[in-house]
Amino acid sequence: MGSTNSTLLKIPNVEVLMQETGFSPAHIIRLHDRFKALDKEGRGHLCPHDFGAIKELAMNPIGDRIIGAFFSPGKETVDFHTFVKILAHFRPVDKDRPKEPNSPEPINSRSNKLKFAFQLYDQDKDGKISRDELLQVLRAMLGMQVTDEQLESIADRTIQEADLDRDDAISFEEFRKSLEKINIDHKMSIRFLR
Amino acid sequence: MESYLFPFDSLICMLLGISFTVWFTLLLVFIIVPAIFGVSFGIRRLYMKSLIKLFEVSELMLSFVNHFDKIIEKNWFKLMSLEQEIQEMRRGSAEPEFDMSDIFYFCRRGVESIVDDEVTKRFTAEELESWNLLTRSNYNFHHISTRLTALWGMGVLIRYGFLLPLRVTLAFTGVGLLVVLTSIVGLFPNGRMKNYLSDKVHLMCYRICIRALTAIITYHDSENKPKNGGICVANHTSPIDVIILASDGCYAMVGQVHGGLMGVIQRAMVKACPHIWFERSEVKDRHLVAKRLSDHVADESKLPILIFPEGTCINNTSVMMFKKGSFEIGCTVYPVAIKYDPRFGDAFWNSSKFGMVNYLLHMMSSWAIVCSVWYLPPMSRMEGEDAVQFANRVKAAIARKGGLADLLWDGGLKRGKVKEVFKEEQQKLYSKVLVGSSEDRSRS
Repeated sequence: MGSTNSTLLKIPNVEVLMQETGFSPAHIIRLHDRFKALDKEGRGHLCPHDFGAIKELAMNPIGDRIIGAFFSPGKETVDFHTFVKILAHFRPVDKDRPKEPNSPEPINSRSNKLKFAFQLYDQDKDGKISRDELLQVLRAMLGMQVTDEQLESIADRTIQEADLDRDDAISFEEFRKSLEKINIDHKMSIRFLR
Repeated sequence: MESYLFPFDSLICMLLGISFTVWFTLLLVFIIVPAIFGVSFGIRRLYMKSLIKLFEVSELMLSFVNHFDKIIEKNWFKLMSLEQEIQEMRRGSAEPEFDMSDIFYFCRRGVESIVDDEVTKRFTAEELESWNLLTRSNYNFHHISTRLTALWGMGVLIRYGFLLPLRVTLAFTGVGLLVVLTSIVGLFPNGRMKNYLSDKVHLMCYRICIRALTAIITYHDSENKPKNGGICVANHTSPIDVIILASDGCYAMVGQVHGGLMGVIQRAMVKACPHIWFERSEVKDRHLVAKRLSDHVADESKLPILIFPEGTCINNTSVMMFKKGSFEIGCTVYPVAIKYDPRFGDAFWNSSKFGMVNYLLHMMSSWAIVCSVWYLPPMSRMEGEDAVQFANRVKAAIARKGGLADLLWDGGLKRGKVKEVFKEEQQKLYSKVLVGSSEDRSRS
């Protein structure tokens, strides 16, 4: 038990981090160990190259986009705090959390999870998923297994169904609406081992 | 004053003398003699059954608190394949076709791999479902009840107070006998008598070591046991693997020459029968290594070689890449799968965390080492198969038999190639779900 406390003390602002993300001390320690393991050169921050070294991520069709989600525009490194905050999106929703009126929305709320998924599509961050962006994602997920025509028809159909204001792009609200029935909590949560 | 102490003194001496005699007689009768003849009283199996009952009791105690949560959590996060997941997501809609939510699957798998990837997981100890009353496997279980803690306390007393001294004594006996007896056998002239004696001596000492660890081993398919002129390959979890296999059959060991106690043991063993010990400098010369192995294998009178192709200790949940060296020699390969039961004691040696002495202490203060050994039918390299493919075939057979995950991660392949090939597979799977269905639509 002594060793766990000393690890926590080494992390600056760990109390704030736990409060913002909702991770328990044991979670934070695990993530810290993982962060250190990924940061092979011990620089105290991660760069895209470190993520690329994870083989399973490298073979994920949208691996590059997921890595990109960790780095804010213009930044080339991610520190531990940001690392944990991004991963906090995937914490399962706390069912018995009291709804305080003035507290900020938790990072792992349904809405924030959807926002995370939305930014995987919306690479130029203009708030809309354009037809081109949709095509790019489809191409990434399907590779060379489908023809261009098939890809276009899938994209057309998707936009037709989701685009309610007929601007040939999918805004965040339209995105959210089209996924109303999906159990986001289940699909966008992972099990953090303590 | 002194006259009062003397009778007590002699009384104490007598008591000590008697207890030592009793102790050693029991040791001899119940452990050493059966080890010599390879029989068993069944005491260890009885012990194992009572331990299982004990674990069930402790699980019951835990279940009232957080055990149910863990079961629910585990089912919630059941690992589904891509197809299953997407079918499930679409259950509501009429036709399977692309949905914006399909990206969630890939996204989630990606983030899971960021948090913990398959390869790194194999190099740390396996996590248990429920607690087996050993502090070292206590990850999530905090103080639940006084009764459980009392049980644990009693366990500590038994393990450190009774089992550990017993085991250490046995270990010393076993190793000591090995060194002494093999040196004696070495004095005999080469011939059938010497081989026979050497086999018996090796077996006996390894069996004593087995009892020193309270290892309860179940051997399956013994008709496939390795024969002379072949190579035995097995998955590697700990240095104990050697003892486990060598107590059921005679093998020629392969390894680096060590100094100290290990060196003494090695030099004694090689007097009785030919083992293959390499000097540190020779290890780097692959041709020399291969030649010595081939020469040994070609000699029918020499014992089968025991090799662990993974090259390092893995945590017994998977089998990692086999180094191809031993598969290039071109003789019959006898695969063996070893699977430990982690409830009784985790045999995995995390050499980056614990040194050898620390590890042995852990082993000897666990409840027991329970494992199963499967002897698989012999395999040879087929026409048109290269060493790497052969190695993978053997690896797959071992993984399947032992119920271990067969991991493809292959340090030999260039990074770029791995990425493309596996990414393509994922894309193929996903496209089958989508495009396969749109073909049905166009037909209707």
